[in-house]
Amino acid sequence: MAMKYVDEFRDPDKARTLVAEIRGLIPRIPRAGERPLQIMEVCGGHTHAIFRYGIQQMLPEEVEFVHGPGCPVCVLPMGRVDDCVAIAERPEVIFTTFGDAMRVPGSQKSLLKAKAEGADVRMVYSPLDALAIARKNPGREVVFFGLGFETTMPSTAMTLIQARRAGQTNFSLFCNHITIIPTIRAILDSADLQLDGFIGPGHVSMVIGTRAYDFIARDYHKPITVAGFEPLDVLHSLWMVLRQLAEGRCEVENQYGRIVPEAGNARALAAVDEVYELRPFFEWRGLGSIDHSGVRIRDAYAAFDAERKFSVPNVVVADPKACQCGEVLKGVIKPHECKVFGTACTPEMPLGSLMVSSEGACAAYYSYGRRERVPA
Amino acid sequence: MRRLIDEVFVRTFDNAALSALEDQATIALSELLAHGDRLAFTTDTYVVDPLFFPGGDIGKLAVAGTVNDLAMSGARPLFLSCGVVLEEGLPVETLHRVAASMKQMADRAGVKIVTGDTKVVERGAADKMFINTAGIGVVPAGISISAANARPGDVVIVNGVLGDHGTAILIARNQLSLEADIESDCQPLDGLVAAMLSSCRNIHCLRDATRGGLATVLNEFAQSSNVGIRISERDVPLREEVKGACEILGLDPLYLANEGRLVAVVPPDGADAVLAAMRAHPSGSSAAIIGEVTDERRGMVTMQTIFGGERIVDMLVGEQLPRIC
Repeated sequence: MAMKYVDEFRDPDKARTLVAEIRGLIPRIPRAGERPLQIMEVCGGHTHAIFRYGIQQMLPEEVEFVHGPGCPVCVLPMGRVDDCVAIAERPEVIFTTFGDAMRVPGSQKSLLKAKAEGADVRMVYSPLDALAIARKNPGREVVFFGLGFETTMPSTAMTLIQARRAGQTNFSLFCNHITIIPTIRAILDSADLQLDGFIGPGHVSMVIGTRAYDFIARDYHKPITVAGFEPLDVLHSLWMVLRQLAEGRCEVENQYGRIVPEAGNARALAAVDEVYELRPFFEWRGLGSIDHSGVRIRDAYAAFDAERKFSVPNVVVADPKACQCGEVLKGVIKPHECKVFGTACTPEMPLGSLMVSSEGACAAYYSYGRRERVPA
Repeated sequence: MRRLIDEVFVRTFDNAALSALEDQATIALSELLAHGDRLAFTTDTYVVDPLFFPGGDIGKLAVAGTVNDLAMSGARPLFLSCGVVLEEGLPVETLHRVAASMKQMADRAGVKIVTGDTKVVERGAADKMFINTAGIGVVPAGISISAANARPGDVVIVNGVLGDHGTAILIARNQLSLEADIESDCQPLDGLVAAMLSSCRNIHCLRDATRGGLATVLNEFAQSSNVGIRISERDVPLREEVKGACEILGLDPLYLANEGRLVAVVPPDGADAVLAAMRAHPSGSSAAIIGEVTDERRGMVTMQTIFGGERIVDMLVGEQLPRIC
C-alpha cells in the first residue's frame, strides 16, 4: 500500500512531461545562453535521488545540479571523527552510531577500523535504540553519535529528555548536530559563487518550516523551492525554480506541501530548544569554520554530554591538502574535476568525506557516473 | 565430547562412505565418468549471524551454497565434505538441528556428505559455529559455461525475486524495528540448472547472485567478457516488502545477497526456451528477462531507471551501510 503511494512519484510519463516543460522554460531565462544554469540541491537525500534515478541525464545541457553540503556525514571534520574514535576505544564505552558514519575517515582511522580493532561500536537505527542499550547495560557507558541537521536534532533532543526523566546516567550524546541556514548563507557569501537557485531540503524544512529561507530570496535574490525526495519531486521543484528564473521572480516556494508546513513543527522545535544552544562556531569539512552553524548541549543536560563526560581531546585536524571538497561543495568544480578524484581518493580509501557516504557527491559520481556522461 | 559431536554428524548424514570412518572418502572414477568428462571442485566457508533465520539456517546455507557453486558450471553435484568449527558451550541440540538441516538439503540436491571434521575452540575464539563445505561434481560433455562467454545480443535472465535472503537476515538480526514476512530464498539450484541446460545446451554464463547481489554478478560478466550489460529497473523482480525495507533503510536491492538466485546469460535464439524451462521449475517460477548484452560501454553495467533516466550500476565498495536520513 505504502509503495503504491511512492510509485506515483516515480511515473516516467509524468517525468517526460516535466522534462519537456523544463526545455520550454530555458529559452525564456536570460542567463541560460551564456553558461549552464547551476541549481544547488542542498540536501544529500536529493543528491542520492538525482543519481539513483539518473535525473541529470534526462535534463537539457543548459541545466546542471550542484551537489550541496547537506550530507551530514560528509561535512564532518577529521578532528571530530578522531574524538569519536577516542571515546569508542575506552573500555567502558559502547559507542552507538548510524551506519554510514562508520566509514568516515579520521586522521588515524574510522569507527569501522576501531571496531575491527576491538572497540565496542554498534550500528543503530535510532537514538532511542541506543538508550535501550544503555538500559540493558547498566555497567557500561553508552554513547550515541549525534549527527545531522535539523532533521535528526529533534529525535536526539527527545532521547536526552527521556534519558534525563528516567535518570539514565550511563547514557550520553556526542553532539555534532549542525544547522542549515548559516551554511547556506556562507555559501551565498563566498566570492566564487555562481549558483542561480536552490532546491531546498525537505526534511529539514519539515522541522524549521519555509520562512527560515526568506533571506535567500530577499537578500541574495536567488529563487528556492523546498522539495520532496521522490524523483518527480526533484524534477517538479527544478521546474519551479526555473519558472521563477524565467519570470524574473525570487521567492521561497514549497513543492513539498504534503509534508512541510510554513511555520515548521512547534513541538520538535521546542524539544530542540530545550536541549541545545548554538555554538559560537563549528568546523566543517571543506568549508572551514562557520559561525553559529552547530549546536551544543545546554548546561541543564551537561550530565548527558559525552564531550564533557569524557573530556574529548577536541583536536582540530586540517583537511588533507590535496582535497578540494570545499570547491565541490560550493559548486565551483565538479567531483571528477578534483585533483585526487578516483586516484588518491576512492570509496575504498576515501580522502575527503564526500567520497564516503552514498549521499556524498563524489561517492555518487564515482558509483553512478564516473566514467562518462551517459546520454539520455 | 569430541566423539559425541562426530556421532551427531555421522548418524545424521547416514551414508556408507562416511560411516566407514576412514580418514578420507574414496570414490570410484567410473562413477564420476558416468556423468561427464570434467570434474568441478569448489569450497566455501559459511558464517552467518543468527544461525537460524526465516527460511533457513547455517546448515542449509552450507549445503545449498556449495551445491550452487558446482551447479553454476553446469555440473551435476555429487559429493560434499563438511568441516565444522564450534565454539565451546554450543548446545548439542543446536548441532542436531543444523546437521538435520544439512542432511535434508543434501537429499534434496542428490548429494552425499562423505567426509568431515569437527573442531571445538575456546569460548570467544569463534562465534557459535562456522561450517566449511567443499564439493565435487561432474560437468557433462559439451557444456561450457563461463563468465567470459557473454556476447552482444545475449539475453540476461534471473530465476526470481531478488534480495529476499539479505532482507530476511537483516530483519532476523533484529536491529530494525521492522516486521515483514520475508523468508530467505536459500535453496539448491542444481535441478533448475539441469532443466535449463536440457532446453538449451549453449548457456553462456551462469552465476548465483550471493554476496554483492545481482549488481556484482553483472559487473563480473561485463568485465570478464568485455561487453556492456544494460538492464531495465522495471523488469528486475522485487517483492514489495523488500522494496519497502530498502526504501526505509536506504539500501539498494541490486546489491542485496541471495542464496537461491542465479543470473543467466543466454544466446537470443535460446532465450525463450530457457525462460519457459525455468518457469516450469519450482525454483524458477517467477523467472524474468531483465536486460541484454551490448557492445557499447564495454566492461560496464547500466540500468534504465523506472523513472526514465539511466545510471551506471557499479561494483559495491565495502558493505552497504544504512543511511542516516
